[in-house]
Amino acid sequence: MDFGLLTQFAINGLMLGMMYALVAVGFTLFFGVLDVIVFSHGDVVMVGGFAGLTTFYWLDAIYPGLSHGLMLLWVALASMASMALLGIVMARTMILRLRSAPPLNTLLATMMLGTVLREAVRLFYPNGSNPKPFPALLPDWSLDMGHLSLRLDNLILFSLGALLIVSIHLLITRTRLGMAIRAVAQDAETARIMGVNFNAIVFLTFALGSAAAAFAGIMNGLYYNEINFGMGLLLGAIGFSAAVIGGLGNIYGAILGGFAFAFLQTLGAVALPFASAYKDVFAFGVVILIMAWRPTGFIAEKTSERV
Amino acid sequence: MPGSIQHNASVPGAVPNPGSAAKAGPLAGIVAAVAVTAYAAAFLLSESQGLILALLVGGAVAAGLAVRVGAHRAVARSLAAHGRLGDGLAVGMVLALMVIFHDDHYALFLVATILLYVVAVLGLNVQLGFTGLINFSCASFFGIGGYTAAMLGGHTGVPPLVILACGGVTAAVVGSILLLPVLRTSGHYSALVTMAFALLFKVFMEVNDAFGGPQGVDVAPMRLFGWDFSSDVEIGSYTGSFYLPYVLLALALAVGAFVLVRRIERSWIGLSLDAVRVDEVAGACFGIDIRRWKITAFTAGNFLAGVSGALYAMMLAYISPANFTFADSLIFLSILLLGGIGSSWGVVLATAVVVVVPEKFQVIQEYRFIIYSSLVLLMILFRPMGLLPRKVRAYRRQA
Repeated sequence: MDFGLLTQFAINGLMLGMMYALVAVGFTLFFGVLDVIVFSHGDVVMVGGFAGLTTFYWLDAIYPGLSHGLMLLWVALASMASMALLGIVMARTMILRLRSAPPLNTLLATMMLGTVLREAVRLFYPNGSNPKPFPALLPDWSLDMGHLSLRLDNLILFSLGALLIVSIHLLITRTRLGMAIRAVAQDAETARIMGVNFNAIVFLTFALGSAAAAFAGIMNGLYYNEINFGMGLLLGAIGFSAAVIGGLGNIYGAILGGFAFAFLQTLGAVALPFASAYKDVFAFGVVILIMAWRPTGFIAEKTSERV
Repeated sequence: MPGSIQHNASVPGAVPNPGSAAKAGPLAGIVAAVAVTAYAAAFLLSESQGLILALLVGGAVAAGLAVRVGAHRAVARSLAAHGRLGDGLAVGMVLALMVIFHDDHYALFLVATILLYVVAVLGLNVQLGFTGLINFSCASFFGIGGYTAAMLGGHTGVPPLVILACGGVTAAVVGSILLLPVLRTSGHYSALVTMAFALLFKVFMEVNDAFGGPQGVDVAPMRLFGWDFSSDVEIGSYTGSFYLPYVLLALALAVGAFVLVRRIERSWIGLSLDAVRVDEVAGACFGIDIRRWKITAFTAGNFLAGVSGALYAMMLAYISPANFTFADSLIFLSILLLGGIGSSWGVVLATAVVVVVPEKFQVIQEYRFIIYSSLVLLMILFRPMGLLPRKVRAYRRQA
């Protein structure tokens, strides 16, 4: 296999990895502050994509001549803002209520919420059961070298995603707000005693994670040029896998896990002797193996069992 | 793991069952069974959507009224006093439905489906309800049973009854691949293992041509003592649907599984399984081998799912990967949660509701996933113990 093709696969893998990392960051943030897995997160990604698409339709109808750059800015802002709101509503109506429930009940409840979101889009979004073409809002300029084509839109998407993750990371590690989030993650009781507004921090975290999910949804739409109601389930499962194999509650773990999963998929599609259709079988199989080898992920959660 | 004491912690022998008066007569139980049978028959018979809606509302109102006047307690006492009565009445109910619908393919198909789902969910109940092992791939093991039936029935001369057992064994063996990661992980990490397996299974079946690919594969029908289950039953002048023998066989399976699971629950095995769920550390301190019971429960549950899946596939005569998706696993889990985690009778009730209502009430067919998931969501939020909660163990009758 020549170098150009190999680089091409590496680039595709990196794009996927960034998307997965964005989703996994949400899983890990929620797990950090509330010790819950919010499985509907993948479907929030999907709804974020649809929110972006709807914004595009509206803008296109109201200001037909708007430049693509501005359009994308508004689409991203509207989608992220609405998903942040959805995240807060979810946290308020469900997740906080389920804090004292067994973890399995929370997991199931959020899976059911994910199904509700998915089915709601399928049934109630106009023509929602069919895949929707996503408008190409980024310049389609590309540099072709043999088998390798460096696309500007991919570069922009990747940098924006990286920017988002880095800023979330900086927010968490460098600001007072971030310190409050970390305090709640470490010990909610003590954080409260220290004067941290627990509910506000939970809502903020859900807004943050869901906004990142919305961005992943738009990124997904721009990358594949289409979105569909069913994409959330697999994205959620992948994001969850990524967060878990990286180690729950750790933002580096989520990023590591996201890129690791994309690497596995790419490896399964190109480098291994079986048909590329088996790439997900391979990736999930390896995930199961990783769980057998490192039962709490690469970067283990720092817990000790209290008896 | 915080909050690992789940459900209404059925700690063995903690509280003796207060409602077990020995003097209640069998009448209340029999009346209730007849009423439920009549209701089920009416539901299966009615064609118009308005009538079905009326029956649904009527059933809900009647159940509400019964609870309000305390009739349910009389029934529970009556059944508790006559241990075998409830089991006998349930079997009688299915037999009565078989007589009423002897030539109605569709109704009998639904009854058989309920019975087979009951078997699979009972398996899940052993895993999740008793032992606390999260399994998000129940439908995959159901499917492994089905595919085993397809492969063995299509390519070999293995007798169909043996194929049923093979379906269970294959599911258990494939499940044992997951044992190592399931044993080593806990909580969310172990949820991921089975979830990954469910996704992997469906994709694998879709891309693998040997198992029919996405189009699916035909399954040879059941054959017993030279009697082909795919043709209508004719005894003298009496004609019955070819689903009749399937219902009978499914009933035998369901009764067997039910008795088995109840026996496990009442035995020391069940006690050990409960201990594993409620507190692993404390259980280990009392000399309970956590790993052994986890392996037992996981394997037994997958076996039950595999057996029922095999018969289900024979009854459908055709299966495809779309029958065994992650969403189907979620439906199995929802049934268990609706019925009440750990409660075997709850499983029966919830399966009947979840299978029949969307099939008959066609208006909601399209919306069934959203309705299920909203229902389960509300259930978890407001009644986490389910419709028929599991009872606390009572070893001694109160005088």
